[in-house]
Amino acid sequence: MTEPLIDIRNLTVDFDTGHRVVRALHGIDLAIQSGEAVGLVGESGSGKSVTWLAALGLLGGRARIGGEVRFEGHNLVGAPASELEAVRGARIAMIFQDPSSSLNPVYRIGQQLAEALQLHRGMTSGAALAEAGRLLDRVGIADAMRRLRDYPHELSGGMNQRVMIAMALAGQPQILIADEPTTALDATIQAQILELLQEIRRDSSMALVLISHDLGVVAENTDRVCVMYAGRIVEDAPIATIFEAPAHPYTSGLLAALPELEGPRRPLVAIPGVVPEPWNLPPGCSFAPRCTEFEAACEAAVPPAVELARGHRAACIHARSGVA
Amino acid sequence: MMRYLAGRLLRALLTIFLVVTFAFFVLRLSGDPALLIMSVDAPPESVEAFRISWGLDRPVWVQYLRYIVHALTGDLGNSMRDGRPALQLVLERVPATLAITIPAFLLKIAIGVPAGIYAALHRNSLADRMTMLFSVAGFTMPSFVLALLLVLVFSVQLGWLPSSGSEGMANAILPIVTLGAAGAAILARFTRSAMLEVLGQPYIRAASAKGLTWRRVVTEHALPNAAIPTTTIIGFMVGTLIAGAVVVESVFAWPGIGRLLVISVANRDLAVVQTILLFVAATMVTANIIVDLVYGWIDPRMRTSPR
Ligand SMILES: Nc1ncnc2c1ncn2[C@@H]1O[C@H](COP(=O)(O)OP(=O)(O)O)[C@@H](O)[C@H]1O
Ligand code: SF4
Ligand SMILES: [Mg+2]
Repeated sequence: MTEPLIDIRNLTVDFDTGHRVVRALHGIDLAIQSGEAVGLVGESGSGKSVTWLAALGLLGGRARIGGEVRFEGHNLVGAPASELEAVRGARIAMIFQDPSSSLNPVYRIGQQLAEALQLHRGMTSGAALAEAGRLLDRVGIADAMRRLRDYPHELSGGMNQRVMIAMALAGQPQILIADEPTTALDATIQAQILELLQEIRRDSSMALVLISHDLGVVAENTDRVCVMYAGRIVEDAPIATIFEAPAHPYTSGLLAALPELEGPRRPLVAIPGVVPEPWNLPPGCSFAPRCTEFEAACEAAVPPAVELARGHRAACIHARSGVA
Repeated sequence: MMRYLAGRLLRALLTIFLVVTFAFFVLRLSGDPALLIMSVDAPPESVEAFRISWGLDRPVWVQYLRYIVHALTGDLGNSMRDGRPALQLVLERVPATLAITIPAFLLKIAIGVPAGIYAALHRNSLADRMTMLFSVAGFTMPSFVLALLLVLVFSVQLGWLPSSGSEGMANAILPIVTLGAAGAAILARFTRSAMLEVLGQPYIRAASAKGLTWRRVVTEHALPNAAIPTTTIIGFMVGTLIAGAVVVESVFAWPGIGRLLVISVANRDLAVVQTILLFVAATMVTANIIVDLVYGWIDPRMRTSPR
């Protein structure tokens, strides 16, 4: 395998909430190749957002970050502010769940796009505004030059997410982290935004990390999926493998909760129970209280990730190594 | 917009009218000016003559109608103490009041806004805790207590500044500091919470994710948003420029409108009290209208509705 574009190794995050310190990430290992599309799934609170906010140093002063994030020969963990600023937006762009509140309400769309263009491409404000119009056109916003003069509250959520995507493109990044980009949008708009992301990927060599709580969305839009649970990656496999041979009971649970597109209808089974709070994890495997395959040994220790085949690893005591 | 403005003006006039009416009746029900202004041993005939000459012998509602009709023509009546027009008496006091309230207003902004911003940016730091401590002290302490404390320290102990009077600039310092400190405390607290609210918004994280330096995120993205609610509070403070110094003027014997008000109430100098209250109501109402207009101008969300 070639050198990964970004290599996250044993990433940990602890939040200091004032009266206690809670661990939100327990050692994430995740490497992304250039041009690859990787999905990150898991229920809300499993640590998907925190992983990438930590990698980009966007968590603020209350978070203590451990481990390494290797990117272009540097470790981003503990890197000086200037180094992180040079990476953010320019090399790694991120878009968020709630597009309308991710845009500044007091500036026009055009001003916000131009700001990114001036920052990353050193354009003059006039050139930046013209390029901003082209970008809006690129992300499928009709009447782009006119829309530049609108404020975010004058556009719909779907339009604002297109604007956010345009803003991300302004920096011509190597990786786009899309953190639940369609969760706040209704179904038709969701499909359009995902289609737009696919289209952009076809035209560029940009890698995509698609964060979602919906395995279906990830399966349709990425090549590989990492399943997260309670601050750990519990399974990492190509999409086909996930559907044919899931190795972690949590992954199987997510699959069972998925509506079938073809074939006979069957009742959807949601996984009973909820994700444990980070300060109240059960001993051993965090999934144990909800697991159908549970046995006494599961509580003894946190099961380590085992490589089942090339590119397929899972963290469950039942997962047996298939590679010699 | 014009309809909105017309409605706003109408409400403003109604407010002023209600204040004036209320003041008129309360003043007449709470004491007889004739007895207060005439000396105690004045013969009953001259007290009666005083009543007749000021129209106080007529039914209250007749007095009220006369007052309103005269007020509409610009005649706010005369002072019962020296017979001069009440309006003139009040206007004479305006410069003295503004001489302390305007510098105090500037002091509030110059201290309160930067302190609030700094505290928010260094949340939970020692500086933040100290700022909030001073802020709580500043607005829980009644202004006469602060005034007396300042007099004790700077006039009595140190002898640096006069404790009362209006002979020169030095006399204005303690009144200005007293007024400014309380306002700065309120403004610091308000600015801090406005700033914290904005710093927690998703667009701040998004601006950082874009690659902007923290300095630019703060100055170009956070401050303009926090300025919206802060400007509103500052606007309301403008409304207190005339009437906000009653206690302080009294404590320091500063010859402004506030002191005139206290004296006139004590003497039941009806026309003067009513004129001052009219003035106060008018400035506050005007400030509120201006705040509304400015708000619509600085916040784009107020200008247009979603499509
Ligand atoms: N700023 C924070 N302070 C304390 N805890 C946090 C903070 N941000 C996230 N967490 C906790 O970290 C865990 C992971 O959160 P997150 O990554 O947002 O989950 P998701 O998978 O839904 O994106 C959650 O339990 C959340 O409560
Ligand atoms: S380790 Fe045990 S509890 Fe955890 S997922 Fe595997 S079988 Fe379930
Ligand atoms: Mg999330």
